[in-house]
Amino acid sequence: MNLTLEDVTKIAHLARLALTEAELIQYQQQLSAVLDYAAMLNELDLDNIPPTTHAISRHNVMREDRVEPSLPLEDVLFNAPQQADNQFLIQSVLEE
Amino acid sequence: MTQYEAVIGLEIHAELMTRSKMFCGCRVVDSVEAPPNTAVCPVCLGMPGMLPVINRQAVEYAMRVALALNCTIQHHNIFARKNYFYPDLPKAYQISQYELPLGVNGWLDIELDSGETKRIGIRRVHMEEDTGKLTHLEDGGSLVDYNRSGVPLLEIVSEPDIRSGEEARAYAMKVRQILRYLGVNSGDMEKGVFRVEPNISVRPAGSQILGTRTELKNLNSFRSLAEGTAYEIARQIAVLRDGGQVVQETRGWHEGRRETFTQRVKEEAEDYRYFPEPDLPPLEIDNAWIERVRAELPELPDAKIARYRAEYGLTEYDARVLAEERAVAEWFETAVSIGSDPKTIANWIINDLFRLMNEHKQSITEIRISPHNLVELIQLVSNQTINNNTAKEVLAEMFTTGQPAQTIVQSRGLAQISDETTLRNLINQILVNHPEEVIAYRNGKQQLRGWFVGQVMKATRGQANPALVNKLLTQLLNTPSDNTNT
Repeated sequence: MNLTLEDVTKIAHLARLALTEAELIQYQQQLSAVLDYAAMLNELDLDNIPPTTHAISRHNVMREDRVEPSLPLEDVLFNAPQQADNQFLIQSVLEE
Repeated sequence: MTQYEAVIGLEIHAELMTRSKMFCGCRVVDSVEAPPNTAVCPVCLGMPGMLPVINRQAVEYAMRVALALNCTIQHHNIFARKNYFYPDLPKAYQISQYELPLGVNGWLDIELDSGETKRIGIRRVHMEEDTGKLTHLEDGGSLVDYNRSGVPLLEIVSEPDIRSGEEARAYAMKVRQILRYLGVNSGDMEKGVFRVEPNISVRPAGSQILGTRTELKNLNSFRSLAEGTAYEIARQIAVLRDGGQVVQETRGWHEGRRETFTQRVKEEAEDYRYFPEPDLPPLEIDNAWIERVRAELPELPDAKIARYRAEYGLTEYDARVLAEERAVAEWFETAVSIGSDPKTIANWIINDLFRLMNEHKQSITEIRISPHNLVELIQLVSNQTINNNTAKEVLAEMFTTGQPAQTIVQSRGLAQISDETTLRNLINQILVNHPEEVIAYRNGKQQLRGWFVGQVMKATRGQANPALVNKLLTQLLNTPSDNTNT
């Protein structure tokens, strides 16, 4: 399966990656190879097999509705590059 | 001129009133009042290595809603990651449901102003998590508070069956009423725990093709929902009549100017790259679980209204007013179960109790009068201890003091005067004191009768039994000889 350069550019944009022309071509080849590898599954008859969403067979892992302690404020903001008024201060978000 | 019709679908987001968040143990706090970032942990901050775990209560609340909205509950539930970059989501994805939502194919009947009922389809009800809150600063930059991040959120998506702002309002109000009945959401639109976003398009009447749609945001009241939707319909029709094209975009409602404005133009469909959330194993909901939740559902407003009319003989209006809020309906039902005529109880609640509640700005759960207290008051009227007007005064005093009716009647000496001899003597005395009015009345000035009643009531501080006063006045005014017969 061959991804176009356009496909790769779009994927890079969605992941907010700034790639050079050379990198785009490199990823085009690598990602195409990954998809080709996965496409081997198409050789099997999968018509009546439901898609697998999880590799292990556990289900219904739930917790009771109980309140647990939250983090102290200094820990919450410990990694924040900037903060103000006990909140994370971020740069203006420009909508596209 | 081409006639247009509107095609509207509503997306409703409702936070669920669990104690803790959807996937972690942080407390669900009032995101307007609580100090910022005081109810957050590694899970809802999206720290590396964190592991979300589903809150069972949130699932049950969501099931309640799906069942109350007549949805089919799907047995096999998968959570999905919805990927996008915006700082309200520290993980860069929101855990939601995509291909396999909790509830599908539901419906809700709404009442239109015309009195007709219209069925609105409900496409899906799914579980997700709310996002953090951004405050944009005037000089650039934004503050982020993650208290709301990870609060259980329900998304309820209607079919595009709605045709006007009024229908949109009726539908949203009914969904809100049901959520409140189910005890899963407070319905507070100003605090944003209940949010409504209509998708609006118009097309030539009768056409099957959908026009380009806009999505409307910032609607923080039902009035804004109705007005904003109507405004947007009119705007789109005007654009088309001018030969223009509607642009697919998100528009905001400007509360002050009462008009919509462009917020964000969507040039292409958003690409959220949904994929199954690997951190959350599937959620399997079996029939036993569904039936248990169904059995625990309270009686819903429509069923109550029908029962109040059939069983208690209430008018549709009275039944609707009483069933509007679950707490009021239950208060009324408790009073009926103690024993008194349901219609009389309904009248007292709707005419008198509601007025007092309004004056004192108290809800039914805050007032000091119990259903039992009201029934006692009604009994004092029916056994003629007090008359209706006195009873209204007594109710007002019960409301402020919390004392039972009997106590107030005794301590203030309000018991009705029903003793015939006492009243007869009193009336005779009045007639003796007002000979001119008596003569005028007997000469045909019938309207003086009301004045005599007034004199009796004044002399008895309103406590005379009105039926007896009427009977005695008829006798004594019309038979002159009785006048001196005391």
